Amino acid sequence: MQKRVVFRNTWLPYILVAPQILVTLVFFFWPSWQALESSFYIEDAFGFSREWVGLRNYTELFADPGYLKSFRTTLIFGLCVTFLAMSISLALAVAANRVLRAATVYRTFLIWPYAVAPALAGVIWYFLMNPSLGIVSYWLRALGYDWNHYVNGEQALGMVIVAAAWKQISYNFLFFLAGLQSIPKSLVEAAAIDRAGPGRRFWTIVFPLLSPTTFFLLVVNLVYAFFDTFSLIHATTEGGPADATSILVFRVYNTGFIGQDYGSSAAQSVVLMALVVAMTFVQFRYIDRRVNY
Amino acid sequence: MTVKSVLSATVASIAVASSAIAADKAQVEFWHAMGGELGQMVDTFASDFNAGSDSCQINATYKGNYTENMTASIAAFRAGQQPHITQVFEVGTATMMAAEGKGAVYPVYKLMEDAGIDFDQSAYLPAVISYYTDTDNNLLSLPFNSSTPVLWYNKTALDAAGVAVPTTWDEVEEAARALKANGMTKPFSFGWQSWTNVENFSAWHNLPMATEENGFASLKTEFTFNNDAVVNHIQRIADMGEEGLFVYGGRRGDSRAQFVNGETALWINSSAYYGGFKTDITEFEFGQTMLPLETSVADAPQNSIIGGATLWVLSGHDQPEYTCVAEFFQFLSQPEQQAMWHQNTGYVPITTAAYELSKEQGFYESDPLTDTAIKQLSLNAPTPASKGVRFGSFVQVRDIINEELEAVWAGDKDAKSALDAAVERGNALLRKFEEANG
Repeated sequence: MQKRVVFRNTWLPYILVAPQILVTLVFFFWPSWQALESSFYIEDAFGFSREWVGLRNYTELFADPGYLKSFRTTLIFGLCVTFLAMSISLALAVAANRVLRAATVYRTFLIWPYAVAPALAGVIWYFLMNPSLGIVSYWLRALGYDWNHYVNGEQALGMVIVAAAWKQISYNFLFFLAGLQSIPKSLVEAAAIDRAGPGRRFWTIVFPLLSPTTFFLLVVNLVYAFFDTFSLIHATTEGGPADATSILVFRVYNTGFIGQDYGSSAAQSVVLMALVVAMTFVQFRYIDRRVNY
Repeated sequence: MTVKSVLSATVASIAVASSAIAADKAQVEFWHAMGGELGQMVDTFASDFNAGSDSCQINATYKGNYTENMTASIAAFRAGQQPHITQVFEVGTATMMAAEGKGAVYPVYKLMEDAGIDFDQSAYLPAVISYYTDTDNNLLSLPFNSSTPVLWYNKTALDAAGVAVPTTWDEVEEAARALKANGMTKPFSFGWQSWTNVENFSAWHNLPMATEENGFASLKTEFTFNNDAVVNHIQRIADMGEEGLFVYGGRRGDSRAQFVNGETALWINSSAYYGGFKTDITEFEFGQTMLPLETSVADAPQNSIIGGATLWVLSGHDQPEYTCVAEFFQFLSQPEQQAMWHQNTGYVPITTAAYELSKEQGFYESDPLTDTAIKQLSLNAPTPASKGVRFGSFVQVRDIINEELEAVWAGDKDAKSALDAAVERGNALLRKFEEANG
């Protein structure tokens, strides 16, 4: 049953939503419009002249094999980060949910990494894995594994995935824990009485009931991996070695802020925007149906 | 940097700021990219100058690394909030010059002229200023921190392996082999690979890396660094990598750690690492020498080219402030200031007088080999192939070169196809820059 709220004053609802609308217009629609507009021009760095070039910024992008490869890298990066960050945090949340003593201490420690900026998270991992100084690479060498992410692209990609996922675990953990705590104990107990084992209880009762949280986190994590990770890449591998870790959002940054090629950068961000809109649409359209609220 | 020094610096800057407001001096904003100890020295320059001036106040602000500072300055210009002085690294020169043509930049020679300051361009080292002059040989920006790549070596390790300091690439290879045999894991490496192994390799052997005088003559320039000499050179390093004599340690100065902790004994990178090495290296004796020569390409070296940054003056402010800028530049060029900067950092002095002063002060006896960079830069009069490079979008081009060379080091590409690809991708950016700025 839904409740309908009726405002007596006709203007009040509009005034109440106005700040939100304004924020969205100023901080989302206006920049998006500017990006869209700039993507049809080429412009010098200082902004003295701009020239209309139609779709050329786009056609050049898709003629560039490096850009196309970047889609693949981004997809691998995004999926791995999301999967890693969500599965580990779910496991941690389930474990923390059972802890009876000093639960707050555990939780605090698990939430802590969220306070770390993505760039810093990257630098920490970069330092741990530095082939000359890093402790992790020292262990790997002791195990007979030759670690040099400066040369080996797969190792570099693995490293930034771990760093990006590590940073996101805390956030996911918080939501999963809250989700777990809101599941009525009686359901789990009833299943236990029916002789369902812990694994079965988790997969048939807990996990489905967590699905709204999982779905929300899926969207948030993919958006995080696609958009928020450029500073991490920038502070560590700078897209290298070769272009092994050059994800789309890093290219946007690199072309615009390093290369001062605003037209191409804008075109890339428009493509990225379209991609994320499409992805979110698909998620809501198809996955949303399988979520039990 | 200790907490105490941060505190005292903060207190000092507050004191300076408040006294400035009281005195109502002309305020000059100076954005730079010198962090850490270098940043403290820049602050010293500013406060020393301020203390000696009744009418000027230089406010030095650290804005992040070179790229960030340049981006911030450009963004500020677009918003009408630009600083008077901004520090731009050498690869941003073409972008700044294009802006000069459109009136965003106040060229240094003109600034000095308008301020009525006697400015003798011949007092500056030719190899340093030739990078920053226009086609009429007018100086556009003031060289501030300039360095050049040198070959750093671990004397202790070379002695232990029984080899002399190499002077040619053949000797580098042999020395690396001997070091490897003596148990060194990563005998040879380098940083800033485009600068050290493409740009400077070309200049050192008097080979152009692009048409139109390496871009100095016009925006029509096209890359030619996929020539046999460079290809063979890169292939040699790749083969050394295959043999385990060379281990790539990342872009810029990332491989510094390899040299400092003794994994690498031969390391090519900027002479400006001197200041840090002096305090960080205690386990072994280190030295620097001139870049190795490829004897199959040239009989004798030409001269190396610089890297580092210069101070550009942005237009749009009032004349009294620009007079202050001119006075500050004059102050920075004084032999005492330059000698101090040079001796503490390893950057080269920008004037001949500062070099002479350092000699008189006995700096090269107390810190031997620190004149390698300056000797290397002034080895011969710069030729069109060795006075520097000037390319649009060069930051991106360097990234392309980084990417392609990394593919070589990983064994995914051979030197020829990687350099061909780098030239092709680089030329596309040059054409786009030409179109946007032509």
